[in-house]
Amino acid sequence: MGKPKTIVEKIWEKHIVHEEEGKPDLLYIDLHLVHEVTSPQAFEGLRINNRTVRRPDRTFATMDHNVPTIHRNVIKDEVSKTQMDTLKQNCTEFNIPLADINHPDQGIVHVIGPELGLTQPGKTIVCGDSHTSTHGAFGALAFGIGTSEVEHVLATQSIWQAKPKTLNVKVNGKLGTGVTAKDLILAIIGKFGVRFGTGYVLEYTGEAIRNLPMEGRMTICNMSIEAGARAGLISPDDTTVEFLRGKRHVPQGDAFDEAAKEWKSLATDEGAIYDEMVEINADEIEPQVTWGTNPGMCIPVSANVPVPESAKTDNEIEEIERALEYMGLEGGEPISSVKIEHVFIGSCTNSRLADLKKASSIIKGQKVHPNVTAIVVPGSHSVKKAAEAEGIDIIFKEAGFEWREAGCSMCLAMNDDVVPEGERCASTSNRNFEGRQGAGARTHLVSPEMAAAAAIEGHFVDVRHMKVPTA
Amino acid sequence: MEPIRKHEGIVYPLNRANVDTDQIIPKQFLKRISRKGFGQFLFYNWRYDSKGELREDFSLNKEKYQHASILVAGENFGCGSSREHAPWALQDYGFRVIIAPSYADIFYNNCTKNGIVPVQLSPSEVQQLIDNAEASDYKLTLDLESKAIYDNQGFHADFELDGYKREMLLNGWDDISVTLTHDDKIKQFEQQRELS
Ligand code: SF4
Repeated sequence: MGKPKTIVEKIWEKHIVHEEEGKPDLLYIDLHLVHEVTSPQAFEGLRINNRTVRRPDRTFATMDHNVPTIHRNVIKDEVSKTQMDTLKQNCTEFNIPLADINHPDQGIVHVIGPELGLTQPGKTIVCGDSHTSTHGAFGALAFGIGTSEVEHVLATQSIWQAKPKTLNVKVNGKLGTGVTAKDLILAIIGKFGVRFGTGYVLEYTGEAIRNLPMEGRMTICNMSIEAGARAGLISPDDTTVEFLRGKRHVPQGDAFDEAAKEWKSLATDEGAIYDEMVEINADEIEPQVTWGTNPGMCIPVSANVPVPESAKTDNEIEEIERALEYMGLEGGEPISSVKIEHVFIGSCTNSRLADLKKASSIIKGQKVHPNVTAIVVPGSHSVKKAAEAEGIDIIFKEAGFEWREAGCSMCLAMNDDVVPEGERCASTSNRNFEGRQGAGARTHLVSPEMAAAAAIEGHFVDVRHMKVPTA
Repeated sequence: MEPIRKHEGIVYPLNRANVDTDQIIPKQFLKRISRKGFGQFLFYNWRYDSKGELREDFSLNKEKYQHASILVAGENFGCGSSREHAPWALQDYGFRVIIAPSYADIFYNNCTKNGIVPVQLSPSEVQQLIDNAEASDYKLTLDLESKAIYDNQGFHADFELDGYKREMLLNGWDDISVTLTHDDKIKQFEQQRELS
């Protein structure tokens, strides 16, 4: 037996193309996902330099960031349309498979990768998008890259990377009823801050992580970037294998069992050494709500919004003051007293079938509060179809939610789905930055269940105290 | 990209932590399909009010910073989205050097691919530079070869930058041409893969 290794070390070693003292390693990339916003300049670069796409068969493109979610083919914004048309032309020219706006596989890039089985344990996966960390839920080494790197990967199927340090995020105990993966990751970022992961790959371990289904694991890994980490992952186990069985792009039959054996062997060895470790207890975590303008500014739903005087340094006091002002909050009020005008259930964090099901279970037979506009945007066309097959769309529609087509939508409001200035949104997405959901819009990040509950009540409530209707 | 070896410039202090890429360049400007012309949208929601008029209370709009080319900011600069539009906007606006106590990883990388030198100094050094630049017209010089930042009043700080990134910046090289010199290795790797 050799020295025990982490999953990151194992994947890394299998992908080194070239190494040299004092330089980053040249790492081979197994899967390159592409979307319309961060790719046009990369393709342009290829053309200018007379280069081509090395492995179109390891590249997969979709349109998600600025697709309309009401009428599929009514794209009011000319510039958005140009961006989508450009992706289509680029994919045709370079022979890259594309799930375009009318394709049955279309969806948010981080939802469709796993859904199609393109995402697999042990793969190196990149995309010009910081939430590429989502794919780490499968035990893949997946990280976001900039457009210059997109061009580099298109041309060479490889990337220069310094070997990352690893950080073990150990989650002990069990999550309580009504407490979700979203609450867990928000609590982790709230506790350790928005930069604790910078420079590291996070590996989430411990009982609470093992107990999560793949959807919850994706929610966790998705928000690694909000902790500063480019990548976050979870060692593959039976849950991973069962999720992937039968997916379109994974091996089938006996070959699948072979692959599964190999995948499981990638799990971090007993006794492997991480560069850092943090620990948190799942039992203590309550449903979370963010009150400020970064994801670390979050509190349990039973708590009060902080006051600036609670901070230690001048800079922190200023930060809290600025956030309170932007968010239109006083400081000191119970977060549950804060009224909302919008609810957005969607995004690559929380738009999978399991998320929609759980949210729908809260609202069944109830009505959206008259002051609230609520929308559900499924993560992919397949999620939408599957939900409709189970009648979940009906539950939402009867409660007064709008049921939309798949895309990023109000997560970043690049299409027409925008929160108006000064209005407040309970959102299942991952970023509550200033202006993220529209100029002057105020975002509160929550789980799908908490968003659904807020839609009904018109303000934040502890979902654990909601009367869940009996079917 | 344009090589950078030595650079002297006016310092613009942005005394905020966690400046995210949504602030550096808001998403409504991400729809262009070329790399050029993003400078006019830099910090758009801070520089302009909802009617599109310059906000006088935002420091970058002040006369004394009009030709600034060195940006000094707080912790975790460039966090959030991977959009390379952020360094494109900074560069197009005229910034060649950024100084902060820490950076988001992707942003840091993106800078070095676009001829911007991301300098990491200690929080107290950064605070000192911010104070200097807020108090008076203040210039700094970057010497990338010796990895140092200094002024003419006795401030001098060394910084770290990985040798590879430094070489690329100094020469203005593009990664792809370097990588393609290893093409045989990539081929070999792919062949071995297919066999196993
Ligand atoms: S859903 Fe939001 S965070 Fe996810 S890829 Fe789309 S824009 Fe980015």
